[in-house]
Amino acid sequence: MTTPGVSTYILSPQETVERALSLSVADGCVVLVTDRTETNLRWANNTLTTNGEMRSRRVAVLSLVKGAVGTSVGVLERSAVTPDALRALVENSERAARQASPAEDAMPLVAPAGHRASSAGWDGPPAETSVGVFAELAPALGEAFGAARGDGRLLFGFAEHVVESTYLGSSTGLRLRHDQPTGRVEMNAKSPDFGRSVWTGAATRDFADVDVAGLDARLARRLGWAANRIELPAGRYETILPPTAVADLMIYMYWMANARDADEGRTVFSRRGGGSRIGDRLAELPLRLASDPVAEGLACAPFLSTTTSGSAQSVFDNGLTVSPVNWIDDGVLSNLIRTRSWAQRTGTAPVAPVGNLVLTAPGATATEADLVSRTGRGLLLTCLWYIRVVDPRTLLLTGLTRDGVYLVEGGEVVGAVNNFRFNESPVGLLGRISEVSRTEITLPREWGDDFHRTAMPAVRVPDFNMSTVSQGV
Amino acid sequence: MPEIDQAFLALPARVLAEAALTRARELGAEHADFRLERIRSQSITLRDAVLENLHDGEDLGFAVRVVHDGTWGFAAGVVLTTAEAVRVAERAIAVAKVSAALRAERVELADEPAYPDVTWVSSYEVDPFAVPDGDKVGLLADWSERLLAADGVDHVDAAVLQVIENKFYADTAGTRTTQQRVRVHPVLEATAVDAAQGQFETMRTCAPPVGRGWEYLTGPTWDWAAELSEIPEWLAQKMKARSVEPGCYDVVIDPSNLWLTIHESIGHATELDRALGYEAAYAGTSFATFDQLGTLRYGSPVMNVTGDRTVEHGLATIGYDDEGVQTQAWDIVAGGVLAGYQLDRRMARLKGLGRSNGCAFADSPGHIPLQRMANVSLQPAPDGPDTRGLIAGVERGIYIVGDNSWSIDMQRYNFQFTGQRFFEIRNGELAGQLRDVAYQATTTEFWGAMEAVGGPQTWRLGGAFNCGKAQPGQIAAVSHGAPAALFRGINILNTVQEGGQ
Repeated sequence: MTTPGVSTYILSPQETVERALSLSVADGCVVLVTDRTETNLRWANNTLTTNGEMRSRRVAVLSLVKGAVGTSVGVLERSAVTPDALRALVENSERAARQASPAEDAMPLVAPAGHRASSAGWDGPPAETSVGVFAELAPALGEAFGAARGDGRLLFGFAEHVVESTYLGSSTGLRLRHDQPTGRVEMNAKSPDFGRSVWTGAATRDFADVDVAGLDARLARRLGWAANRIELPAGRYETILPPTAVADLMIYMYWMANARDADEGRTVFSRRGGGSRIGDRLAELPLRLASDPVAEGLACAPFLSTTTSGSAQSVFDNGLTVSPVNWIDDGVLSNLIRTRSWAQRTGTAPVAPVGNLVLTAPGATATEADLVSRTGRGLLLTCLWYIRVVDPRTLLLTGLTRDGVYLVEGGEVVGAVNNFRFNESPVGLLGRISEVSRTEITLPREWGDDFHRTAMPAVRVPDFNMSTVSQGV
Repeated sequence: MPEIDQAFLALPARVLAEAALTRARELGAEHADFRLERIRSQSITLRDAVLENLHDGEDLGFAVRVVHDGTWGFAAGVVLTTAEAVRVAERAIAVAKVSAALRAERVELADEPAYPDVTWVSSYEVDPFAVPDGDKVGLLADWSERLLAADGVDHVDAAVLQVIENKFYADTAGTRTTQQRVRVHPVLEATAVDAAQGQFETMRTCAPPVGRGWEYLTGPTWDWAAELSEIPEWLAQKMKARSVEPGCYDVVIDPSNLWLTIHESIGHATELDRALGYEAAYAGTSFATFDQLGTLRYGSPVMNVTGDRTVEHGLATIGYDDEGVQTQAWDIVAGGVLAGYQLDRRMARLKGLGRSNGCAFADSPGHIPLQRMANVSLQPAPDGPDTRGLIAGVERGIYIVGDNSWSIDMQRYNFQFTGQRFFEIRNGELAGQLRDVAYQATTTEFWGAMEAVGGPQTWRLGGAFNCGKAQPGQIAAVSHGAPAALFRGINILNTVQEGGQ
């Protein structure tokens, strides 16, 4: 049987980049090659359901053509390009550029001079994964299924490992490469009648740190909490949001955090009277929301790569160094994502988006358990689900609590409560957070597919708006 | 009638299929299928009538799925050589072997006749990929300029997403299908900004995404000129509209809004994989549990819902699904009672339901087929009233047009939706717009409160390109037909008050 490590491609990623650049006759060219391998296991009702091992390559060619009134761009992206097809891809990208009207976000391509991202490792083969990454997880899951059958609970969940190697080359001489491992395990346990449900998840880079037995024990403990069922009506409750729930709210806010839309008066970050709210205090506590491509355990690409232009990114910014950013500093909105083009138009500095997000309260040492123990009467959530914007003016979000809402009385969990639909704005919540735990790496339950790398604290909100009761479990 | 693209037919699909299926059989697979897909997509966006982004993508690859010793195995690759087809088949078997220890139920598939060599092409006239980019951008720019020229419109976002999907499927039972379908989704949204007050509002087109070609943007199917000419006034009215008083209202819901409520509260709730728990850790389960098939009172007696993968121009419409099952139409709710589920071959066999009704779908060559949504549609009353007739029966209420925000819980009980426009109804007549409106309900109570459905003249297909499900995440395009309908006593929220302001 063929081993998964043997390359199946005719051209290496580096050869693909160099050959495409050499074929280009445009005024500028960026080539992005992403080699991706992934593997997954999915289970339900204590048995495996689906699985897979997939391998793919995407090649994007971005051609720039200067015209009388500006520069236009053609962006074509294809999977698994053969040498013959590569020529056609480059030519078609240039044809698309010549047909296009001038790009509003046109800027000179990023040059290597003074570039801080390292091109070290450019020559090496792409990083890979295979189903073998589950060599320890699979038998541990098998044991957990056996234990769950014995204890009368049902396990559901998903484990996934994705490794992407991205190679970026440009006609200005950039040669940048980044390897990104992304892994997670999510476990859900239910009583056989589906009447009780609990969840836990973990983000990982290589599965070496995943403790299935430990996660399963956490689920068993929480199912036990749910043995005492308490019905509560809708209303505003003192609520402890765990790190995963805070992550999902902060991610949505981050997705809205671009300068152009704010400057145009179209987001929650728009200032009454014009301009953005940079400089406004959002939180009473000295909270910091920040991103850093070298954050420990959350490392992400140190350069920008994109095949689409929009409010928060520009294809002309490919290769731009991604720097650490404080979005909120000492409770004050400090930065919004800004393309180089919008920065030039507004006389400000560009701020590249970063692929991780970290919320901290400087000096916070409490754990989530400490927050629970200091609660007279309140709710402890497990996670949030189905989060959508209701009102973009305030960034009012709606969604559901899921897989465990627990009533805390006198510092102890006393039982499980029905689920609720909430209506809350993360921007509004920031101003009402009364207590913050220390920060830990967490897996965002809702948005983990789209935004994976976060570290968040648990937070206490005195008056979280539970709008209605949900019968859903 | 368009034909299958020659460039797709020139790919070595049959050679790769034979290599992969032969290898899977040699290694002991009880069942194997091979799927080669090419999905071309183009996304164009304009911001204030200026081209913002034009991205042209193509995803080409193949997958091998096996049942080996009663266990699924799946692998996918993108290099179109027989050596790679053999390797991917071997990897699928390897994945099945690793997974065998975790499998409690033996995988068996419902029978389906073999279709030795069949071809299916969706109903469209103009391949959007044959239209020059400049013409497409030019049309969107022209439409954007019309909106920008109107008083009170500060920004216009325009977009069109176009997809042409080709699939070749082969399995060890002898089925060979070759299919092609096309879909387009044009959207324009106007924004009004009152910077002094720090307020803004938007108004978006209600033209649904459809299984049609570029003719949808240039022909008579949708009256673009009329909708674009009305948006500025609707937006201006919305900016100065009165904020709704929360409470209990009768509502008349336009199909441009109701399709999404159908999608969330009926479409997903009647997916059998959800009811059986296969989505429990992610998309969720369903209140419509299997033991209630044939007895669950889903809604009022005027509620009749069908599932189909056959309706012309439907986004989930195709000839054969990704398990080689010929597509069909069937009842999901009949006279207000749960009558059927959406199935794939494994679940149909597991539950003794006979043939699958053809809902297996994978969104790309790299993903495993799952049970995905058919076109799930609410049927009109054959002699039902028009929308004006429904509104005439309301003393104090709201007429809701266009979809916007949506959210529903993991068992599909509690939902909350907003919309594009909310018109107050007073004594059977429309009385101007309201703002800050959301409706919130529990699925069976909501459909139980449906007093009347409109006639066929009110029926429209709505839909979406981006229905998400499963892990790894997959998206699917799906349509939902609906008449206008009247609901009594629905809970209306004020979204500004919900925000605590």
